[in-house]
Amino acid sequence: MTEPVQATPTPIEALADKGPLEPPRSQWKDVWDQFRKHKGAMFGGGFLLFITLAVLLGPYIWQVDAQKLDIRNKDLRPIWTALWDAGAKTAWSRPFGTDQLGRDQLAQIIQGGRTSMAVGWAAMILSLIIGTTVGVLAGFVRKADGLLMRLTDLFLSLPILPLLLVAVTLFRQPLREAFGPEGGMFVLIVGIIAITSWMPTARIVRGDILALKEREFILAARSIGTTPFRIVQRHLLPNVLSPIMVSATLGLATAIITESALSFLGVGFPSDFPTWGKMLADAVQRMQQFPERVYLPGIAISLTVLSVNYLGDGLRDALDPRIRGR
Amino acid sequence: MLTFAVRRLVLAVPTLLFISFVIFMLLQLAPGDPMAQVPLTVPPEVKEKMRQALGVGEPPLVQYWKWLVQVFWIEPKVFIDYLTNSSTLLGWLPDTQLYQNELRVISWQTRSPVMDIVIQRIPQTLWVVGMAYVVGILIALPIGIYSAYRQYSVFDQSGTFITMIGFSIPPFFTGPLLIVIFSVQLGWFPSIYDTTHVVNDWASLKFQLSQMILPVMVLALQTTAQISRYMRASMLDNLNQDYVRTARAKGLSEAVVVTVHVLRNSMIPVITVIALNVPSIFGGAIITENVFKVNGIGQLLITALFANDLPMVMTLTFIFAVLIVLFNLIADILYGLLDPRIRYD
Repeated sequence: MTEPVQATPTPIEALADKGPLEPPRSQWKDVWDQFRKHKGAMFGGGFLLFITLAVLLGPYIWQVDAQKLDIRNKDLRPIWTALWDAGAKTAWSRPFGTDQLGRDQLAQIIQGGRTSMAVGWAAMILSLIIGTTVGVLAGFVRKADGLLMRLTDLFLSLPILPLLLVAVTLFRQPLREAFGPEGGMFVLIVGIIAITSWMPTARIVRGDILALKEREFILAARSIGTTPFRIVQRHLLPNVLSPIMVSATLGLATAIITESALSFLGVGFPSDFPTWGKMLADAVQRMQQFPERVYLPGIAISLTVLSVNYLGDGLRDALDPRIRGR
Repeated sequence: MLTFAVRRLVLAVPTLLFISFVIFMLLQLAPGDPMAQVPLTVPPEVKEKMRQALGVGEPPLVQYWKWLVQVFWIEPKVFIDYLTNSSTLLGWLPDTQLYQNELRVISWQTRSPVMDIVIQRIPQTLWVVGMAYVVGILIALPIGIYSAYRQYSVFDQSGTFITMIGFSIPPFFTGPLLIVIFSVQLGWFPSIYDTTHVVNDWASLKFQLSQMILPVMVLALQTTAQISRYMRASMLDNLNQDYVRTARAKGLSEAVVVTVHVLRNSMIPVITVIALNVPSIFGGAIITENVFKVNGIGQLLITALFANDLPMVMTLTFIFAVLIVLFNLIADILYGLLDPRIRYD
């Protein structure tokens, strides 16, 4: 005779839950927890936020016109020069000093940062849009695949920097007439950087889409009559979001560097329009007397790019489910 | 393997033709006129003749065809003539005399053949850029190997940090920075590269090396950053493989395991990356050459661009494109040669 089974059996002790179950965790909370462990990425993200806020809100706090010529106060050294050189020309009203025309350096750095960041973000977003579109089309539409990938290969074998230089010098005049001197240059530089930098994104997205397309959930979505557009929008794009985000950070970094390089070579924005690369290029002539004019914009570029690169590193770790949780 | 190489070579031809066509059509949109510098007193019909002499004024497609003929037919003839006539290597062959004074690609700035100027400029670029690349690789490989072997050690962490910095600081900042530190403050090295310098004894060789150090350092920093990251990642992939455990279990010493077993396998992707990066180093050298006033190809391109010298720009950009396509091909072939698991057929 067996003993009658209890209605609610007492669980085996080793298998019993120690306490109440943890509340379910969302994917993005996991990502954030992993991201927080990467010190460099936290620092990079923080610095990027800081510099973005500084160039956005800076002109409202530091209300000095970056373009105002103040010839009496020209060639002021930054305020910290007074620490070791009491005789240096410094002024508290010009903490970063002034250039050879008396323009305030702090205001110029803020203004230049606005341009550099605007170009970087706009070019990055545009190149992501192009790259993702090409990648999704090539991965999803089989007929377009061969043609689009040959196009990508072709773009990859173009010499980028020489072509950038050629294109900027050629199209400067007509675009300036159409959009004004600053607007035309902005459109030109953003467009050219985007057109020459979308290829890696397209390749990554295509590869991921090709693999995802054969999975069961896409088949299920197709079987209930989802239109191809909705499949791409609801099922494919969210799944390729993480490689897109990582290549977005890389794109931002290269866009900022490319813009500065063009300004440095003298084919960037007009001369009275400060950007970091342009400030650096103008200062190289007199870097023996005024090395800070090279350091300040140079450090601004380098720190921004460094923080973006660290941010990308952290994002890659955080968004990869195989690394996450280790 | 051979069929693959041949197929890729054949495929490279239309790619290059298309690229050259795109660049040519881009340049056709350029607003400049080569006759802009000619004095106004020159009568228009003479100007028209000068234009004809430069090959301008015909329909773009005809001009493109002529450019193709000049680059792919006439320039090789000149080159072969040079080889058999005055070079030491093949000078013993009879003079071929293929070149019969046809029109070569003429620069609008100097009115001399573009290729002659390019040949003059290449040694400077190769000295600086090539040396920088070699130095960068020689530094990068040990760093990458050791930081992978001691993953997460202090050396690895600082190595990663330094490579991150190398990635992030653009050459147009490191260049002036090094000039301020080493040639202004310390006065060790010259800040401007003297291209006319001739090496004929020990003192001049020393000077040549000292003027090369700064540009080489700038370029090598970038190479080191990239290659050491690839090396580290590739070593990490291999260090956890089963064959490494087997090698250790056989009782092989750590040095043999790392340098013979792991390193040889990890070098496969790194070598292709090294080959792939050669053209981009040429592109990056444009900025470095500009900073240090090195009289090389990059500087030639910049000055030609500003002077609106379209044949020069066209030819130089095309040379860069050829380099990219060529090294892509070399990388693919090397990959197949080095890794027996990869079969192209």
